[in-house]
Amino acid sequence: MLTYTIRRLVLSIPTLLFIALVIFLLLELAPGDPMAQVPLSVPDEVKAQMREALGLDQPSHIRFGKWLWQFFVVEPSVWIDATFGSDIAGDKHRVISWQTRSPVMDIVVQRLPQTLWVVGMSYVVGILIALPIGIYSAYRQYSVFDQLGTFVTMVGYSVPPFFSGVLVIVIFSVQLGWFPSIYDTTHEVVDWDSFVIQLRQMVMPVMVLALQTTAQISRYMRASMLDNLNQDYVRTARAKGLRESSVVMVHVLRNSMIPVITVIALGVPQIFGGAIITEQIFGVNGLGQLLITAIQANDLPMVQTVTFMLAVLIVGFNIIADLLYGWLDPRISYD
Amino acid sequence: MTEPALTSTPRSQWRDVWDQFKRHRGAMVGAGLFLLIIATVFLGPYLWTIDPTYIDIRARDQGPGWAHPLGTDQLGRDTLARMMAGGRTSIAVGLTAMLLALGVGGFIGVIAGFFRRLDGPLMRLTDLFLSLPLLPLLLVMVMLFREQLSQSFGPETGIFILIVCAIGLTSWMPTARIVRSDVLALKEREFILAARSVGTTNAGLITRHILPNVLSPIMVSATLGIANAIITESALSFLGLGFPPDFPTWGRLLNDATVYIQDYPERVFWPGLAISLTVLSANYMGDGLRDALDPRARSK
Amino acid sequence: MTFKSTLLSAVAALGLVPFAHAERGADGQVNIIYWQAPSMMNPYLSGGTKELEAGSLVLEPLARYDETGAMVPWLVDTIPTVENGGVAEDLTSITWTLSDGITWSDGTPFTSADVKFTWEYCTAEGGGCAQIEKYGGIASIDTPDTLTVVVNFDGPKPFPYTAFVGAQAPILQAAQFGDCMGAKAPECTDQNFAPLGTGPFVVTDFKPNDVIQLKANPFYRDPAKPAFATVLLKGGGDATTAGRAVLETGEFDYAWNLQLAPNVLANMEAAGKGKLVKAFGTLVERIMINLSDPSPALGDARATLAHPHPILSDKAVRKALSMAIDRPLLVEIGYGDAGRVTCNVLPAPEIYASTANDACMVPDVDGANALLDQAGWARGADGVRTKDGQRLSLLFQTSTNAVRQDFQALIKQWWSDIGVETELRNISASVFFGSDADSPDTFQKFFADVEMYANNFDGTDPEAYMAGWSCSQIPSPANQWQGNNMPRYCSEAYDALVAEMQRTGELEARADLAKQMNDMLMQDFVILPLVDRGRVSAHANSLAGVKLNMWDSELWNIADWSRVK
Repeated sequence: MLTYTIRRLVLSIPTLLFIALVIFLLLELAPGDPMAQVPLSVPDEVKAQMREALGLDQPSHIRFGKWLWQFFVVEPSVWIDATFGSDIAGDKHRVISWQTRSPVMDIVVQRLPQTLWVVGMSYVVGILIALPIGIYSAYRQYSVFDQLGTFVTMVGYSVPPFFSGVLVIVIFSVQLGWFPSIYDTTHEVVDWDSFVIQLRQMVMPVMVLALQTTAQISRYMRASMLDNLNQDYVRTARAKGLRESSVVMVHVLRNSMIPVITVIALGVPQIFGGAIITEQIFGVNGLGQLLITAIQANDLPMVQTVTFMLAVLIVGFNIIADLLYGWLDPRISYD
Repeated sequence: MTEPALTSTPRSQWRDVWDQFKRHRGAMVGAGLFLLIIATVFLGPYLWTIDPTYIDIRARDQGPGWAHPLGTDQLGRDTLARMMAGGRTSIAVGLTAMLLALGVGGFIGVIAGFFRRLDGPLMRLTDLFLSLPLLPLLLVMVMLFREQLSQSFGPETGIFILIVCAIGLTSWMPTARIVRSDVLALKEREFILAARSVGTTNAGLITRHILPNVLSPIMVSATLGIANAIITESALSFLGLGFPPDFPTWGRLLNDATVYIQDYPERVFWPGLAISLTVLSANYMGDGLRDALDPRARSK
Repeated sequence: MTFKSTLLSAVAALGLVPFAHAERGADGQVNIIYWQAPSMMNPYLSGGTKELEAGSLVLEPLARYDETGAMVPWLVDTIPTVENGGVAEDLTSITWTLSDGITWSDGTPFTSADVKFTWEYCTAEGGGCAQIEKYGGIASIDTPDTLTVVVNFDGPKPFPYTAFVGAQAPILQAAQFGDCMGAKAPECTDQNFAPLGTGPFVVTDFKPNDVIQLKANPFYRDPAKPAFATVLLKGGGDATTAGRAVLETGEFDYAWNLQLAPNVLANMEAAGKGKLVKAFGTLVERIMINLSDPSPALGDARATLAHPHPILSDKAVRKALSMAIDRPLLVEIGYGDAGRVTCNVLPAPEIYASTANDACMVPDVDGANALLDQAGWARGADGVRTKDGQRLSLLFQTSTNAVRQDFQALIKQWWSDIGVETELRNISASVFFGSDADSPDTFQKFFADVEMYANNFDGTDPEAYMAGWSCSQIPSPANQWQGNNMPRYCSEAYDALVAEMQRTGELEARADLAKQMNDMLMQDFVILPLVDRGRVSAHANSLAGVKLNMWDSELWNIADWSRVK
């Protein structure tokens, strides 16, 4: 297992480099212009000079090489400097966003808290609701609970957040006035009261996002449980006189987790990718909003950096999922 | 589906499946609902002949009434006609894109899970596709292929192909991952080893033993995939990457109506209901099909 | 202004009667929401409207435009003119005299050196200054003393009020930005996020593309202002959420630029928490007509002057397209009170607005049909007109935006009434307004027959704007598709008028020339103006002092804002 893990980790380096190159080429190829948002009253020659000041006149391979250097050498050394008070980075150039002319990593770090609070929390809430629903729905297939659960989750999944987000704002902010419609990113949790305020502003975006997560994961959980409940080993276990709860919760559940773990592992990087539409509707301004505004403004260093960091997470969680398969089902071996 | 001339057995396997499917109440309700939706959107326009793009500006923002059973939109276009026209596109896009994603994802998942040598490269490919930023990818696809496709197939079919491919090719990865994980576990089960020991070929193993057993995650992917494709299509059109702006689809109707949610709530209700019903009916049919294809459930 | 308020302000100016709330910072916090989030505070590096407006909370120009479009002195006592001797007789220099006693928010005095530095900063090599056009034609700047700035031009400059005027060209502090010249400009993150200014507020926290927090400037020149102690400027979301937050839930005090359907806005306002304010500037939604052939078969010569458009070169067709459009209805559906019908591409200021083209206010479908019949375009079996084998079939592109898509649908129907078939296309704004040389979908390449967008000009002087339709401004492969002449309109007479305006200094004569140019474009039907678009913003009922301004930053007078008690 250890050799397998090491091999996968080593192999992931060329994979990631290749992914970085493909992302870069894709962004190069995509139509767009960092000056598209500048008003039309600014003449074209001026826009051309502004592009030049961004370094856009350099050939693409130089810009890619520069980015690699900045991302893999300068950024880590800045991080080391900040942690240990050393001075390795000196005044080397960091990855600079074209929109804000400030280091991309600073903004990413700034955005992490609100994204983790809202999107991360909604993922945890979603999973915590989805697993019991999925398990019980499968165990009591076609019961009223199962039918109701199916109905609610499927309707929930069919309603896109651009609609459900507005709906909850209209109901809970405008009509009832319970929750704020705009998330305050400057709010700091210092005591119980400010924690309650934080909870109140999180309720609606978490609700909207958790609905999607719940729907997805509970469906896979239910299907996988159903597959396993009919297996021979379940009958054997029951025949041996094991308690029903231990049959279901230990034997069946463990064997049913493999596809569910896959779905959960696929979703974790997306937490960091943020939830573009939901973040926009509630003004959460997390990483999703950062990425989409960067794409719209054609802020290539920002888009490249953020998507590459997501790629690292995607590759990493894929490895974790593969390792978990082996733990859940020891028959799966990779050697 | 039956092949009486070739099979000598009195009852074919597919007949068994169909009988089982028929006895599944949820499946029959789902199938009935689905056929009803299909019939409405495809045959409805012959009965309700208002042009979905015709603007009757004096009749704008009307509620339900005799002249317009579902009301009109902000430009006075008939909502019923638009719902039917939108349904044709949305269902066609939803089903084909879902099938494409399922086909690609299922194929890659099974192959990667079954053949260890291909696992690495195929999963790295999946990682790559998962990592690519969606919006620039779609922009590039539209830029490169729109002109060629609309020249070879006409503007509407060309864009239909482009949208279906764009959605299909960017949403197969979760299916591939999930199917692969199931195949990895299945392949070590006793019945596979048994089948292998009696000399079943790989192709036989996959089609007869692996595929039927990974059907349930595939069915879930399929139902979720339809909803996903319908919503993604609306996002594409909204960004100007999809159908022409006056071309109604359910996702687009829902999107356009969201801003009027307080003033004319019925306008968001109809497309929302239509999408939900389609997805629900597909879900129940999937449930029924899964049960019908599961020999253990059948023998119960 | 009523007599009473005039009197009151006169009294207040003398400092005899202190106002009840005339105390700095007495009104707590004002919450402002911009649905497009500002990414920095320095308008010279960004050029975007949202950065410019955020910057205007802190940075100020020497003179700016008020809500009527009139120039008002801001950091100077009077506007220099030829009459008061501030502008040289030969129009080659302008002398600004700074008001005495103005300080930066760090307490240091504001001097002529800062003004001169701002010019050097923007024109420095490699800085990519977005507002460099404002500093065009400046040969040198002299600072004979700390309060006098003499700007020398390299030739007669009939309209010398571009440098240091308006929210686009505010003054930066020399001490703070001294190390940020040219290629170093982008590295100065701290300076760009928290510039020192002379304005009413000081940045305390800047989160790019998210939220800006500011506090009252302790050294602001008027000791009683600003009334608010702090400002929170939140960015992000969309126009609907911003409108709701002010008009329906009351979480915010001011929402910027609410481009929403008029009935949606009216219903939001009916909730009673806030008011809509609107103002008009020079923004005109227009349809550009392509006079060159965009057919893909032409390869590199596509959409260039080498190939005239097979249909739209016929003036009768262009005129008929214009006649078929019901502009009042477009205004009613898309903009309501925030739009006006216009038949001119140059609708304002008042003295420049022509009245010669007002026939377009009323649609005339029968007239358009008759015109096309006369011109030899006969209806075919499917209702679409043809002539010499050419079908009257057009591709109509615009950027993605709900109002524009409604306009497209309406115009398509009106054109089908006169036998013109239209295919619609919408393109993401970041692609459409970008100028990526590889993208076929930019508004400058114009690979379509007609396109719709809106444009305006900074300030009140239309010289550069009108020069946009001269022959030299035609985008083509030779100039990397740069230029503003989307219709590819080329007329010697027009170019002559452009040249004449560049020489003319007298306002009346300039207005006359601008009108002539406008009428020429209108009567050739190469640009079909649709709507003179106003700006709608919203403020809470409890917020007083808002004067919406389309000629400058919306936040131009935030020092005068206060809380209604």
